[in-house]
Amino acid sequence: MDEPLLKVEDLKQYFKVKKMQLKAVDGVSFTIRPNETLGLVGESGCGKTTVGRSILRLYEPTGGHVYFKGEEVTDKSIKHLRKDMQMVFQDPYSSLNPRMTVEDIIGEPLDTHHLYKNKKERYEEILHLMSLVGLNAEHATRYAHEFSGGQRQRIGIARALATHPSFIICDEPVSALDVSIQAQVINMFEDLKTSLGISYLFIAHDLLVVQHISDRIAVMYLGKIVEIADTADLYDNPLHPYTRSLLSAIPIPDPEEAKKQERIILEGDVPSPLHMPSGCPFRTRCRYATEQCSAECPSLTDRGDGHLSACWNQ
Amino acid sequence: MTENILEVRDLHTSFETDAGEVSAVNGVSFTIAPGKTLGIVGESGSGKSVTAYSIMGILAENGHITSGSILYKGEDITKWDQKQMQSFRGEKCSIIFQDPMTSLNPVFTIGNQLEEAILLHTDRNKKEARERAIEMLTLVGINEPESRLKMYPHELSGGLRQRVMIAMALACEPDILIADEPTTALDVTIQAQILELMQDLQKKLGMAIIIVTHDLGVIAEMADEIIVMYGGRVCERGSAEDIFYRPAHEYTKGLLRSIPKADNWGKRLEPIAGSPINLLNLPEGCAFCNRCSSAMKICLHEVPQELRLSDSHLASCWMNVKKAFEEGGADLG
Amino acid sequence: MKPISDTLPKRNLLSSQIDLSKFNGTDFAPATDEERAQTDVMGRSTTFFRDGMRRLRKNPLAMISLVVLVIIVLSIFIFPAIVPYSYDQIISVNGVRDMGAKNLAPFHYSAMEQAYMAKGGKVFPHIFGTDEMCRDYFIRVIYGTRVSLAVGLFASLLVLIIGVLYGSISGYAGGKVDLIMMRIVDIIYSLPDLLMIILLSVVFNETLGGDRLQGTIFQNLGSNMLSMFIVFGLLYWVGMARLVRGQILTIKSNDYVLASKSIGTKSRKIIRKHILPNCASVIIITTALEIPSAIFTESYLSFLGLGVQAPMPSLGSLANAARDGLILYPFKMFWPALMIVLIVLAFNLLGDGLRDAFDPKLRK
Repeated sequence: MDEPLLKVEDLKQYFKVKKMQLKAVDGVSFTIRPNETLGLVGESGCGKTTVGRSILRLYEPTGGHVYFKGEEVTDKSIKHLRKDMQMVFQDPYSSLNPRMTVEDIIGEPLDTHHLYKNKKERYEEILHLMSLVGLNAEHATRYAHEFSGGQRQRIGIARALATHPSFIICDEPVSALDVSIQAQVINMFEDLKTSLGISYLFIAHDLLVVQHISDRIAVMYLGKIVEIADTADLYDNPLHPYTRSLLSAIPIPDPEEAKKQERIILEGDVPSPLHMPSGCPFRTRCRYATEQCSAECPSLTDRGDGHLSACWNQ
Repeated sequence: MTENILEVRDLHTSFETDAGEVSAVNGVSFTIAPGKTLGIVGESGSGKSVTAYSIMGILAENGHITSGSILYKGEDITKWDQKQMQSFRGEKCSIIFQDPMTSLNPVFTIGNQLEEAILLHTDRNKKEARERAIEMLTLVGINEPESRLKMYPHELSGGLRQRVMIAMALACEPDILIADEPTTALDVTIQAQILELMQDLQKKLGMAIIIVTHDLGVIAEMADEIIVMYGGRVCERGSAEDIFYRPAHEYTKGLLRSIPKADNWGKRLEPIAGSPINLLNLPEGCAFCNRCSSAMKICLHEVPQELRLSDSHLASCWMNVKKAFEEGGADLG
Repeated sequence: MKPISDTLPKRNLLSSQIDLSKFNGTDFAPATDEERAQTDVMGRSTTFFRDGMRRLRKNPLAMISLVVLVIIVLSIFIFPAIVPYSYDQIISVNGVRDMGAKNLAPFHYSAMEQAYMAKGGKVFPHIFGTDEMCRDYFIRVIYGTRVSLAVGLFASLLVLIIGVLYGSISGYAGGKVDLIMMRIVDIIYSLPDLLMIILLSVVFNETLGGDRLQGTIFQNLGSNMLSMFIVFGLLYWVGMARLVRGQILTIKSNDYVLASKSIGTKSRKIIRKHILPNCASVIIITTALEIPSAIFTESYLSFLGLGVQAPMPSLGSLANAARDGLILYPFKMFWPALMIVLIVLAFNLLGDGLRDAFDPKLRK
C-alpha cells in the first residue's frame, strides 16, 4: 500500500464560546493517499469545514497530529508546507478581493513564495494557470466582480494551483454555483487530478456531488467521523445508521425513482455542539440506540476491506 | 376537469435599474389546480422567483408587472388594489422563503407572530388565535407547542424555523402555498423532513403548491407539473414525466445530463458550457442559444415559438421545428 | 394527465401551430462558434473607482456641491491677487487713510473716495462693503474662508491619521489589546466635547499664549489655532478610530483574507493589500464628512472668541464681530454666514454622494 500523502491522527479543535467549550472537531483520524480524493460529508455544524482549516493551521488545533508526506505539520513546518497544500473556498464572492485584478489575485501566491525571476515570467505563469482553468488571457486585467460565480470559482482554483500543490482542500467548492455550472467545475477538478496528480479533501454537503468526485468518503456527525469507506461500498452498503438515513434523504432527480425511494426520516434536529449528548453523538436521533450508546462513545472499527464505522450495533 | 385555482397568462415583469430596464420575466403562462404541485425550476436569473413574487404582489419597489394577467378563481388580481392584495396574501395565497431567519421578526416570540397573523386575517379573538397557533404548530410536527410559542426565532434551529414559517403560512388556510427555495438553506436530513411535511399537509388541506427551486431532485420528488425557465422565459413545461423522461428543450436536456446521479457515476459529467445569462444583455433569439451545443442559425435571431408536443407537454425550442421540417410537416410528439 | 394549459390548440399537428413554409434549410444549419460568440459579450471592463465615479456623476446634488466647492477654492486663491486691498489694511485713498470708509454698504463709496473718483481717480469697488475698522469686507470674507477651510482640512487630516492608525491597530490585533484600546475610546467619547474644547482652549491659550511661540514654526499660526488643532487631535479622532476598527473586523472575516493566510502571505502584506484598500472608500467618505464638522467647530469657537487671533479673520470671528451692528449693518453677518452655510452644505452633500457611490453596503 502507498505511503499516505496526508495522515490526520486524533485531530481535535475546540473553541471557547461564552465560557463553554465547543468541540467542533473531536478526535478525527483519516488518511489520504497520493492522487486520491477523500470526500468529507456531513450536515452544517458538524465540523467538516473546521477539519480543513485545522489541517492548514488556519486555526491552532487543540490536539492531535497531522502528517503531510511524512512530515508533521507544525506552526514551523507549515511555512514551507503551505506551498504544497492549498485551499479552494466555498463562496466565490467573498473569497476574491474586489479591489484586485485577476492577474494580481492569481499572482499573489507567486509573489509570496517568490516563484518567478522577472515580471515576464510571472505574467506567463499567470496566463498558463488561467488557461488551465479555462479562462482567456483577456480576463487578466479584469476585476473579480465582473465575472459570474463559475468563473470566479475558476479564478479561485487557479490561485490554489499557482504554487503547484500536491494536495488541495476544497471547502464546498460547488455548492454556491448554479446546477449547470457545477458540472463544469466538477469536471475541472477531475481533469486536474488526472493531469497534475493532485489529491483532494473534498468537503461538501451535496451527497450526489461527493459521490461523483470521491474515491473514498468520510461521513461526519457532530465533530466525529462515523463512517469511512470506498465510495461504491459506502453507497451500496452503508453501515452506520446515520449514513443510511443521510443517503436515503438525497432527493433523486428522477420522479419514478423518487417515488420508489424509501426514506429513513430522522426525527428532530442535530443537537447543539455546546450540549453534546453523552456517548455516541448520534444516539439522540438513532432508532437503534441502546444503553451502551449513551454510556460510551463507539470508536471507528474496521468492518472489512477498509470500511470503517463507529457504531455499537454491529 | 378540475377548476383551476390560479392561471397566469403571458406574464411580463421588469425592473428599473441604473443600467436600464431589465425584463426578468418574459411571457410566462401556466395554470394550477387545487391539490396539485407545480414546480418552477431554473438557475439564478432565470426569473423563477420573480414569477412567484409577481403573483404575491411583493416585488421590490423598482419592479412592476408590465403586461399579462394573473387570474385567481377567474379574477385578475393584477388589477386589485392594495387592500384587496393584503387580504389575498395570507388568506388565499401564502409564501415561504429560503431563509426563515430573515422572514421572522427577531424581536417577537414565535407565538406573538403566529397569533398576529391569525388575528389579522380572521375574526378570531385572542384566545382562539392562541389555540389556533398551537394547533398549527402541532400540525407542522412541532412537539411541545405551548413552550415553543414563547421562544424567539433565534432559539430555534433552521428546520424548526422553516416549520414555523409553514405553520404561519398555512394558519389561514390559503388555497395556494408558494415555496421559494424552501429547503435550500437546510441540511439533507432536515430537507427530507420538510418536503415530507409539505406533502402531508397538501394531502390534509388540499392546497395547491408552487415550489420554486434550482434543485432537480426536490422538483422530481414534489412536482406534478414542471416549468423550466431560462433567462426570464419558459423553455418547457409539462408533467414531471414529460420533463424528466421526454425533455424537448436543449436546456432541459443539458440540465439533466449535467447533474451527478446514479447512472453517470464514475463517468464524466456533461456540463452546459458558458455562464448563466445576463438579463441586461439578452440575445435577440433564444436566450439559451449561446450556451446550446446544437444552436442553429435561426436560434440566434428568432425567439422560438411555444409548441404543443402532447396534451400535457409544451416546449419552445427550434430543434422540434427542425425535426418536423425534416420529416416534412409530420405530427410532433 | 390533466392538460397544463389551454392557450394552445389541443391537436398535436405541427402544421396547425406553425407555418413550416416560412423556413428553409439554412435556418436549421448549425450556428458557427463565431456566431454564437457574438451573442456572448462581456460587459465593458470597469474598475471599482470608475464605477463609483459614474454613479457620482449621476447624482446632481453631489455634482452641484462639487462645483460650488471648486468655485470657492478657486476664489480664495484668485481674489486676493485681483482685489487691491488686504485683509488687515485700512482703506486709504491716494495714500491717505480714509477714516470715513466705516461700515459702508456693498458697492457704496466713502466721501473721500467719491471726491477722488470725481477727479478721475479709480477706486476698486467694495463688493461686500467695509467693516467698522474701515477694512474691505470682501477680502476679509475671502481670507476668512481660506482660514476656515484650512482649519477644516488640517483638522480632518489629523483626525484621519490618528483615527486610522489607532483603529487599524485595535482592529487587527484584536483580543485584549482591542479591548483596552476601545475602552479608552469610550472614555474620550463620553466627555462633553464642547466643554472640553472651551476648557482646553483656555488652558492652551494660557500655556502657549504671549510670546511663547515666537521663533517657532507655529508663530504664524497663533496659539489659538494651535490649541484648536490639539483639541481636534485629542477629541475628534475617536469616531474615525471606531469606524476603521469596525471596517477592519468585517473585512478580516472575509474569505479572501483567509485565502491569503492559507497561501502563506505575511500579516503586514495582508493589511496593505487586502484590508486597507477595502476600507479606503469608507475612510475617504468619513473624512469628507469630517471637514464640515471641523469648519463648524472652528466657526463657533471663533464666534465664542476662542478661535483665530485678530486681525486674521475667520468666518466665525467675522460673524462674531458683526453681532455689534447687526441691526444697522446686517450684510456683515450675512456674508460670512452664507459662506459657512455654503461650505458646510456642499461638503455634506458631496460626502453623502460619495457614500452612495462608493459604499458597497448601501448598494444593491
